[in-house]
Amino acid sequence: MSGAVSGGPLLSVRDARVGFGTVRGLLRAVDGVSFDLQAGRTLGVVGESGSGKSVLVRSLIGLVGGGSGAVVGGQVLLEGQDLRGLSAAGLREVLGRDIGIVFQDPMTSLNPVMKIGRQIGEGLQLNRGLDGAAAARRAVELLAEVGIPEPERRAVQYPHELSGGMRQRVAIAIAIACEPKLLIADEPTTALDVTVQRQILDLLQREQRQRGMAMILITHDLGVAAGRADDIMVMYAGRAVEMATTREIFRGPRMPYTEALLRSLPRLSDVAHTRLSAIPGRPPDLARRGMGCAFAPRCTYRSDRCETEEPALTRDGARGFACFNPLAAGSRVVA
Amino acid sequence: MSASAAEPTVGVRRRRHLSWALALPLGWVLLVAILAITADWLGLPDPAAQELIQRRKPPSTEYLLGTDNLGRDMLSRIIYGARTSLIVGICAPFLGFLIGGAIGISAGYFRGKIDLLAVGFIDVLLAFPALVLALTFTAYLGQSLFNVTLALGILSIPAAARVSRANTLAWANRDFVLAARTIGASNWRILTREILPNVLPAMFAFWLVAISVIIVAEGALSFLGLGIPAPQPSWGGMIADGREALDVAPHTALIPAAVMFLTVLSLNFLGDMVRNLVDPRRSAL
Amino acid sequence: MHWLARQVLRLAVVLLCVTLLTYLIVNILPGDVAIVILGSLATPQDIAGLRADLGLDRPMLVRYFDWLGSALSGDLGRSYRNGEPVAQAIADRLPVSLQLMVMAQIIALGIAVPAALLSVRRPGGLFDRMSASAAFGFLATPNFMLGIVLIYLFSVTLDLLPATGFTPMSESLWGNFESMILPSLTLGLIEWTVLMRVLRSDLLTTLKEDFILLARAKGLPPWRVLLLHALRPSSFTLITVLGLNIGGLIGGAVIVEQIFALPGVGRLLLGGIFNRDLILVQGTVSFIAAGFVLINFLVDMLYAVLDPRVRYVRFRS
Repeated sequence: MSGAVSGGPLLSVRDARVGFGTVRGLLRAVDGVSFDLQAGRTLGVVGESGSGKSVLVRSLIGLVGGGSGAVVGGQVLLEGQDLRGLSAAGLREVLGRDIGIVFQDPMTSLNPVMKIGRQIGEGLQLNRGLDGAAAARRAVELLAEVGIPEPERRAVQYPHELSGGMRQRVAIAIAIACEPKLLIADEPTTALDVTVQRQILDLLQREQRQRGMAMILITHDLGVAAGRADDIMVMYAGRAVEMATTREIFRGPRMPYTEALLRSLPRLSDVAHTRLSAIPGRPPDLARRGMGCAFAPRCTYRSDRCETEEPALTRDGARGFACFNPLAAGSRVVA
Repeated sequence: MSASAAEPTVGVRRRRHLSWALALPLGWVLLVAILAITADWLGLPDPAAQELIQRRKPPSTEYLLGTDNLGRDMLSRIIYGARTSLIVGICAPFLGFLIGGAIGISAGYFRGKIDLLAVGFIDVLLAFPALVLALTFTAYLGQSLFNVTLALGILSIPAAARVSRANTLAWANRDFVLAARTIGASNWRILTREILPNVLPAMFAFWLVAISVIIVAEGALSFLGLGIPAPQPSWGGMIADGREALDVAPHTALIPAAVMFLTVLSLNFLGDMVRNLVDPRRSAL
Repeated sequence: MHWLARQVLRLAVVLLCVTLLTYLIVNILPGDVAIVILGSLATPQDIAGLRADLGLDRPMLVRYFDWLGSALSGDLGRSYRNGEPVAQAIADRLPVSLQLMVMAQIIALGIAVPAALLSVRRPGGLFDRMSASAAFGFLATPNFMLGIVLIYLFSVTLDLLPATGFTPMSESLWGNFESMILPSLTLGLIEWTVLMRVLRSDLLTTLKEDFILLARAKGLPPWRVLLLHALRPSSFTLITVLGLNIGGLIGGAVIVEQIFALPGVGRLLLGGIFNRDLILVQGTVSFIAAGFVLINFLVDMLYAVLDPRVRYVRFRS
């Protein structure tokens, strides 16, 4: 990612690690991930379930660890301030003021016994010092902004009285209420009906542009990231295996795993009934990692070296990939 | 009177203390049970023999646990009281589980009208605060060891019926029961051969838990003077007697109280363990 | 409102059965009621006279419906012993029993809720293990035993509080409090254990929910997350158990009123049983059982008020 914009990146992550102590030993859910995110840009974090993408992002803002037995390492700088060095109260202040988050399932991420308006206004009262009435008024405005009809009526309803898509809009309203600089969307459409997925993604993109927020869009679907993210980071088994601009990724992936992900996407140009290629095998057991490349057992390009040595993320200009046998630059994926 | 349960705690810590956690309560319960059974051969003084000159004596070499308001030997009374507690505590739930089990299993197996009737019956019995119902029963049946056992046995019917009904419902639709039915097995055969063996472990675990609940209930009845009739020793009655002399001879109340506490505590410990073995899911609540 | 109508109907049926069962227990168990009342030395004429007085010569069901009819109009008959109307006797003593149970419940919740909240801050931590052990110990303590121990500690040894006796509120507010605190503690110190366990277990489940994570992501401090977001959705089992345990609490109140010589409904019932005052026992037991059923009904309603999802299902579909 291009590094030298004035003032440096909004978010800078260096060597992030998260481990969980289990009966079978330390499970490395995130294993040394680094990236930068510029203000106003969108980073798509893509990977299969269990690749560590959600844990990575949650660990950045302190929502993993403390009680869950997680060991967290590395450096996280938001506007140059080290979040890992903050006190619990200091971190809460940053969380409430500068970072908004939208979770996967709006059925479980909204408090079932609290009225919607209060759930939106709560952060405003705490972080922006609004009084109850002002927070309630602002909550109604936000509901209208995220496209909920009759916002006054909805504000005094409970989450179960709304549809799934509506609830995700509410979740977005909560996330943007305090004008955050960074919006984290953790698989925001996975739990929704296909028909509303696009609307929610459009809403996220619109809010991000209007407010000039940076966004981290976590998804298992490269297709979701395609039109929305400026840059893409592909994760596999807790590591970043490829980083590039979205355009570059689609023009020609270097890492075989990315290529496999691309092949599993349906294309408009495909003839009807074309079979999508699934990636053979399954993701590795993170508590029992061998010494080689984690993707080697499923990789069609593997060599002997892949099984004994783990490739580091090598940089090629702004791009990065972790592979001993990378695909040629600019090689198009032919389905 | 509510059922108790162990909270799942950290595994490592639990394992290390498991042997003590098992040995201490088990040892105490066995001690109480053996003393109660062998009481007649221990050469104890008559628990009802009064010696008014020796009343309210603190523990000494002559009277290991002292004497009560009427100069009766406390140790002897505690041991014979244990016999009362154990007889009622074991027999009453057993009676309840025979009747309640039969009701619950037939309700869960036959469903329909029988089920509706059984559930209604259970609901009505449960609509009474347990102690009030027990008081009313014993008051009109008349006070005796047999009647107290009968009254508390009736009280344990609803709980037993609920447990057996829920378990029967869970088993009645399993494939092997349907299979038995398709080869033409009679209802009686299915109930005794297929359902009963599967329902019994849960019933047994519940019976163990019920023992301590019933011991406390018998204690409460005797404490109120409506349980075991007077000269016969009972822990609850001893505590009630001791209350009158709490200022001059506190041991007359506190010793039976401590014995009862340790017994109930031990039984609860053991009951929790058995219940966790039989049904791990129930351990959360 | 269909749901409500069904519940009210069910309530009526249970109340009918409960009073009928009470009537049966009191009237058909072994022994002629008249002999029980008059004693075995009574002459046959006396017995026949009393049987006629009590209407015992008429069929059982007729007598029951007579009794039920008067009971519904507030007449539970007169005590055989002193001629006092039973309904009046209950009404006189009810405030004492209610005060006892409310104070006990306040004490129980006052211990259980903070203990559960502190326990889940660090599950398996020192406080959690200590409160779990304390709960296990108190759960194994019979209430009549705890009452005696409390009297021994606070009245005999420390001489802080009166051992027995009751001071009406109208006489002295502080005196009333002093006379009620040990009885309420006796019930409350046992009741809290069950409540704490239920609440702790539900809190642990709730704290794993995504909306708790979202609340933390809003920057709310931990105590606010616990109190404003976790506590209410975790309290439904607590409410149910609170209702179910009232049966135990009523039984406990009978014992505690006896230990501490409080003039409540429980002591009225015990007096009736000792004196073979059948009409008084019949009225008191029916009243207690009906009250218990009604309270459970109200608790079920409260559940609907607390949980908007239940309200939605029950009242809108």
